[in-house]
Amino acid sequence: MPFIVRRLAFYFVAAWVAITLNFFIPRAMPGNPVQSIIAKFPNLTPDAEKALAVMLGGTLAKGSLWSQYVTYLGHVFTFNFGTDIANFPTPVTTLLQQSIPWTLTLVGVATIIAFVLGTGLGILAGWRHGGWLDRSLPGLMFLQAIPYFFLALVLVDVVAVELHWLPAGQGFNGATTTPGWHWAFIGSAIQHAILPAFTIVITSVAGWMLQMRNVMITTIGEDYVVAAQAKGLPSRRVIYTYAARNALLPQLQGFGLALGFVISGALVMEIVFAYPGIGLLLLNAVSSDDFPLMQAIFLVITFAVLIANLIVDLIIVFFDPRVRAREVGR
Amino acid sequence: MRAVANVWRNLPLKAKIGVWLFGFFVLAAIIGPEVAPYDPSYANPDPALLQAHPSAQHLLGTTQTGQDVLSQLLVGIRMTMELALLVGVIATALSVIVGVTSAFLGGVWDEVLSLLSNVFLVIPALPLLILLLGYLPGKGQLSTILVLSFLGWPWGARVIRAQTLMIRNRDFVAAARESGEKSWRIIALDIIPNEISLIAASFVNTVLYAIGASVALAFVGLSDLNTWSLGTILYWAQSQQALQLGAWWWFAPPGLAVALIGTSLVLLNTGIDELGSPRLRASRGAAKIAGHRIWPTDPTPVYAQLTASRSRVGAFLHSFSRGSLLDETPAGGEL
Repeated sequence: MPFIVRRLAFYFVAAWVAITLNFFIPRAMPGNPVQSIIAKFPNLTPDAEKALAVMLGGTLAKGSLWSQYVTYLGHVFTFNFGTDIANFPTPVTTLLQQSIPWTLTLVGVATIIAFVLGTGLGILAGWRHGGWLDRSLPGLMFLQAIPYFFLALVLVDVVAVELHWLPAGQGFNGATTTPGWHWAFIGSAIQHAILPAFTIVITSVAGWMLQMRNVMITTIGEDYVVAAQAKGLPSRRVIYTYAARNALLPQLQGFGLALGFVISGALVMEIVFAYPGIGLLLLNAVSSDDFPLMQAIFLVITFAVLIANLIVDLIIVFFDPRVRAREVGR
Repeated sequence: MRAVANVWRNLPLKAKIGVWLFGFFVLAAIIGPEVAPYDPSYANPDPALLQAHPSAQHLLGTTQTGQDVLSQLLVGIRMTMELALLVGVIATALSVIVGVTSAFLGGVWDEVLSLLSNVFLVIPALPLLILLLGYLPGKGQLSTILVLSFLGWPWGARVIRAQTLMIRNRDFVAAARESGEKSWRIIALDIIPNEISLIAASFVNTVLYAIGASVALAFVGLSDLNTWSLGTILYWAQSQQALQLGAWWWFAPPGLAVALIGTSLVLLNTGIDELGSPRLRASRGAAKIAGHRIWPTDPTPVYAQLTASRSRVGAFLHSFSRGSLLDETPAGGEL
């Protein structure tokens, strides 16, 4: 069985665990979430109440736990998360569709920039072990220890409120443009994305750099790197083709594992910038006790992380001939 | 005492700075609430003290409702440190239990436990934390500690399992087993002592995670907002527009405190790493190690080559993990 197929099976298990947790959490928690929602939002239609019961259980839910579970799975697989209660009667899916592109573009692009930049700097710091770049790491680690949202607060204060260089929040300037595929909007969106993206890059770059530097130092000690240097190969070639290429596999694995943390931090950061993505949606859901929306967001984020991990696996297979060689050998 | 002094002398400078910084915050957590000049919740009605700049009476100024920021900070550091250290202890204990058990039982149990920790590693923690805390009726300190501990063990368990597998195959463990030692004695006296630096590193990482997550949760509003922690101070600062009003003395100190505690932990961790592996040290410092005791532990056992013998079912389950890529022999053998 090829590696990728096995990984796919693993992600299915992980997705199933997430979906099942999502099903059992509202049913296992003390209290009755559906009743308290109905009490708080009296304008719900009976249909919406029924949909709530499918998602959250409670006394309105019909049938045994098992049949509830099956109905629930059916709804999840058709991306039917019911109607939203705080913004009744908008379907949850519509709300998600509006905010996912914002988060995906911003967090995706910024994370990739941070990873590439951090890995590159880590290669150099590991190669010139003890050099100035290497010794600047403790300073960079301070940046990494700052919570995303706090750095965002400071940047908004300095760059946007004091200096007026960049807008302080929102995804685009609603007063001058409307969303669509035209330059006025795209330019405005890019202008609004610079500061949040900068926050993500600056806080996560040190982590990638430290990890790559550590793996590089271990790799540089390997015999084949010493042999390559002894042969008199140019150092550029030794660094990139011999050492860095081999050090990249653990780095990519670490990337997959750390994605969940990075995305979690970015979600909270969105709140500071009032960026119209998933993070802000999650905050609104939390503050209005909008449980169906919270559950849908948890699932969507989990699926996104799983898909990103699968892409990382594909990249590993693509870049690492050892993995492919093993596939043939099997 | 001599052993402690020796370890201290061998610590890299980075780690020493980390210890001092962390010690400072532990001290602040212990004596902070006692020396806080005001009641952190007391809103001074004096209109001159609404969102006042730092002054001799209020060293870090006041909030929009006239509360003393310094007092909030001192009380908040204790809340946050208490939570983080407790989560660190509980989650690290869980990861030692899961890691050692799965490495010791081996076979299918090992693979099932590994699969479980891999699944919980790949599911993003913060949204799940938000979901769990959102449903809990009381969002106080205790429920936050429980939920954070419940989700904080997989990373440590993974690393400790790998290390236990390596140590288990060493000769001295085989010797202990041959001489009829009981399993729990081998675990307690031979295995755990050899993993101390790894357990310490995993504890430090867990504390770091707990601080970050608890502050983020409080910032979102999922915490008891009547108590003072670093996260709730930031929540109130954000929700009462401290930023837009330019009240830097309100939101900068708690954020800086979080950042400094985090930095001290990261520094501590690199220190522990370098203590275990001289290779990671800068070449200038390497000479200091010579002649001194070097810990017999490997700092990055996650990437270690593991050639554990597996049953057919175990090997099949293992082949689904990304870690199987790093095995010497093809995962699952002839599968």
